[in-house]
Amino acid sequence: MVKEIEKAGITVVQMCNLIPVAVTVGANRIVPTISIPYPLGDPDTPKEQQWKLRYHRVGVALDALTQDIDEQTVFKVKI
Amino acid sequence: MKAIHYINQFFAGIGGEEKADHKPEIREGLVGPSLALNSMLNAEVTHTIICGDNYMGSNTEEAVNTILGFLENKEFDIFIAGPAFQAGRYGVACGTICKAVKEKFNVPVITSMNEENPGVEMFKSDVIIFKGGKSAAKLRNDVKVMADYANKILAGEELGSADEEGYFSRGIRSQVWLKSGKTAAQRGVEMLIKKLNNQPYQTELVIPKQDRIPIAPAIKDLSKANIALVTSGGIVPVDNPDRIQSASATRWGRYDISGTDDLESGVYKTIHAGFDPAAADADPDVVVPVDVMKAYLKEGKIGKLHKYFYSTVGTGTTQAEAARMGKEIVEKLKEDNVDGVILTST
Repeated sequence: MVKEIEKAGITVVQMCNLIPVAVTVGANRIVPTISIPYPLGDPDTPKEQQWKLRYHRVGVALDALTQDIDEQTVFKVKI
Repeated sequence: MKAIHYINQFFAGIGGEEKADHKPEIREGLVGPSLALNSMLNAEVTHTIICGDNYMGSNTEEAVNTILGFLENKEFDIFIAGPAFQAGRYGVACGTICKAVKEKFNVPVITSMNEENPGVEMFKSDVIIFKGGKSAAKLRNDVKVMADYANKILAGEELGSADEEGYFSRGIRSQVWLKSGKTAAQRGVEMLIKKLNNQPYQTELVIPKQDRIPIAPAIKDLSKANIALVTSGGIVPVDNPDRIQSASATRWGRYDISGTDDLESGVYKTIHAGFDPAAADADPDVVVPVDVMKAYLKEGKIGKLHKYFYSTVGTGTTQAEAARMGKEIVEKLKEDNVDGVILTST
């Protein structure tokens, strides 16, 4: 799906946990998530912490959409 | 030693496109290119199988079953098809029948095609496909290459790698004792020295090229951009109105979030069968981050959040289905001039 979206010229960032798979499949902008069942918020942590993590990582993904890249790029996250 | 050869209606002299529906037949002895093959092979080509390319393409199962039926009471040590050159349907037919014969009779199978033939991509991992010419002008040459390799197999000789022998790599690694006796460490250092001296060198582990998509341009002004959320994590309204399958999905849905600041538990859930749904059901925003996207919208970081999020299930889903659904979703995104997409996967 990510390739079809990008093929259409729409800038796309994939947020996922299995980075090697996304790289193999051919996603160009990739932002890591924390797990498969809860990509953007660990249920064992307080709600506020989950929100902070999600806000941060989605922010990284949005910024990734604005960055010119010349190869497949996995963007760094801080939390 | 005995061999059986597969060719199409054209090379059998039956006819061209108008005869492409020709049903499979088996003839004793040699027909068309079988003559050349028989003369070069250290085995007797006892039978020639002929099938029209369209018949094989449109009635594949019947064609394959008929041909496997022909072969059931025959003795043969090797099965050879083509060469098919750039002829697409012929190449696919050669690949199809070689694969089926190998699986059923466990004999070596060989064919030959030009690299542009779609049969190469479809069958190169299953079947030994020699790199053939573009047209029948290369017939003798392509037949000889197949015959030479067949002779090595029949004689039980040592076989080289795909590159050494001249067929398309099957993506198989095999362990060999090198005649040079050089260890991996020595070979690695030699490669490194060549690299440092800008000399050509050949890696021993070639990574196959992937189907790469050109990188879409960066969005210049996010504060004016229209961003959409797409997921393969199976988040849907709790009644799953589009009946998206929990695995091997062929359907997708889109759900209006224009009046929603947060995907609430009990209103949305995941139907994805490939992971423990507890966390996603308790807070669907961990998969489709509508809540933080609304926050970024209010802050003005993004200009617009597209009215819908799009969802399907990405487990056991074939690449072909995923590509089709992706195309359908793209149509909807374009209608609203979406500039950028965040795709979340689980």
